[in-house]
Amino acid sequence: MMTDSPRPARPARRARSAGPAAPAYPAAIARPAAPPGAVRASLEVARRALRKFFRTPGLWAMGLVTSVLFLFTFRYVFGGAVQGGAARYADYLIPGYVATIVLFTGAGIAVAVAEDRVSGFTGRLLSLPVPRTAIALGRALADFTTNVWSILATAAFGFLFGFRLGGTVADGLAALGLCLAYGLVFTAVFMVIGLAAPNGQAAQGMSMIAFVFAFISSTYVPASTMPGWLQPFAKYQPITPMVDAVRSLIAGSTSDVALALAWSALLLAVFTPVAVLRYYRV
Amino acid sequence: MTTQGTPLLEARGVTMRFGKVTALDGLNLTAPPGEVLAILGPNGAGKTTFVRTVATLLRPTSGELRVRGHDVARDPVAVRRDIGLAGQFAAVEPAMTGRENLEMTARLFGHDARAARGAASAVIGQLGLAEVADRRSGGYSGGQRRRLDLGASLVGAPRLLLLDEPTTGLDPAGRREVWDAVRGLAAGGTDILLTTHYLDEADELADRVVVIDHGRAVASGSVGDLKASVGRDVIEVVVADPARLDEAGRILGRVTAGPSRLDRGGRRASSPAAGGARQLAGVIGGLADAAIAVDEIGLRRPTLDEVFLALTRDGDGNGATSTTGTAIKNGSSR
Repeated sequence: MMTDSPRPARPARRARSAGPAAPAYPAAIARPAAPPGAVRASLEVARRALRKFFRTPGLWAMGLVTSVLFLFTFRYVFGGAVQGGAARYADYLIPGYVATIVLFTGAGIAVAVAEDRVSGFTGRLLSLPVPRTAIALGRALADFTTNVWSILATAAFGFLFGFRLGGTVADGLAALGLCLAYGLVFTAVFMVIGLAAPNGQAAQGMSMIAFVFAFISSTYVPASTMPGWLQPFAKYQPITPMVDAVRSLIAGSTSDVALALAWSALLLAVFTPVAVLRYYRV
Repeated sequence: MTTQGTPLLEARGVTMRFGKVTALDGLNLTAPPGEVLAILGPNGAGKTTFVRTVATLLRPTSGELRVRGHDVARDPVAVRRDIGLAGQFAAVEPAMTGRENLEMTARLFGHDARAARGAASAVIGQLGLAEVADRRSGGYSGGQRRRLDLGASLVGAPRLLLLDEPTTGLDPAGRREVWDAVRGLAAGGTDILLTTHYLDEADELADRVVVIDHGRAVASGSVGDLKASVGRDVIEVVVADPARLDEAGRILGRVTAGPSRLDRGGRRASSPAAGGARQLAGVIGGLADAAIAVDEIGLRRPTLDEVFLALTRDGDGNGATSTTGTAIKNGSSR
């Protein structure tokens, strides 16, 4: 009798037949004929991220609640003290607020990207026979969609809180389109922040850098009302022309639009390759 | 067992450096198909790095690594079609049900919608997840989530399943669940490479073990080979009457011509026995002649703990516990 520690008998797998026969998987699982194409794979990756977003009230609702609370505070709490007439301030504030809302809700993108990496989800995707581009692209597609959600929802609340179009509906739609383009730009920016962060919590903290750009700009008050030493930053950082361009479009003008688009293109050109390359290093 | 043909996995001089840290230092190993191979090593030995290079997540700094003949650096797509990866973390989406997770992964392997549904159902049945399959995986127990993760790596019918520390962080029940699942897969013919720092896990699951330390393979072979290579078999006697332990020890020592160790609390005497079963018969005869009643007597091989300690003992002061079932704790981490 052996005194070796008791353990269950090993399964009889060693007796299985040798030879070239394929492993005995359940009959229902065949080997896929070919890896998925880039478009299908991107949509699949995006679908999962969107399911997570819209099935987690903490994600879709909290962003919305935060953005509405901030808007309420600026419009009704601070609004009376700014520029005399509160109604006019609504027309100044709300276009800027909608244009920059993604700077606040975008932290969710950074957190999601960081958590995907830490949890091993990104690693799993990278181990699958999926076109590499689809992994970052699918994520970006989903994140852009959530940005669109934030922008549209905030714009709707903007009207509820007293914003009225000064010009035509077409001008308003052009302005909204520009806001959505910014949503794409900031998708790349927040993806990079999420990829640079060691974990989700750090990503949340690092995303606060965006507040600096949102607050010290012409979003809430004209840059010209700020102290002299602060004005250069406020005037020349990208958010100010981006916000001003949205206001111009609403008023039927195109001033600042070229500069805003140039900034958008520059940011996209810098952050997209960083996001894509960094995404594949887990 | 297949002796001809392409190895399942072949590593030659695989080196992986991260800046100044060398995680893999010229690792060599060959795994024939048809086996469960365990990579055993302390934390920081390079196990996870190795799995990640096999999974094409990391590109080796130098050396050659082939999965079923496909070079991981030159033909990563072919490698990815052949492997399924399940990690130390369960890489499943908690906001989706188990079935949704499996179908998603199946489609990402290249299945169309119908085949993905079929693959997901098959895996659910195979891994005993039917009861929870349509619940969100966020509510699963640790063992269920890890089994789902295991399932997700199976829906593409991979030729090689990579399990990186499949039971780390699980409670004993969860661990048992995952072990049963892995055994079932192995019995069904799936080739498996798993890493572990649990000796008993390697002993339970693996046909072959490669022990790695500091990024290098320090030993390999079947569990039995490894035990044999390090220590000779041991004859162990448990006497019924503690008063006769010394006498039993003397008989044991005389037959094996070696020192015998006495464990008074356990009424146990043991001695390395080069002569194996022949000497065991001698000991049994000697004890019977002396009319010493015996509770238990046997020939056992050294435990993997003893083997592991012997193989990785390199004088750098790494502490290690030697109880089966406990993890090797190692100060160096990479």
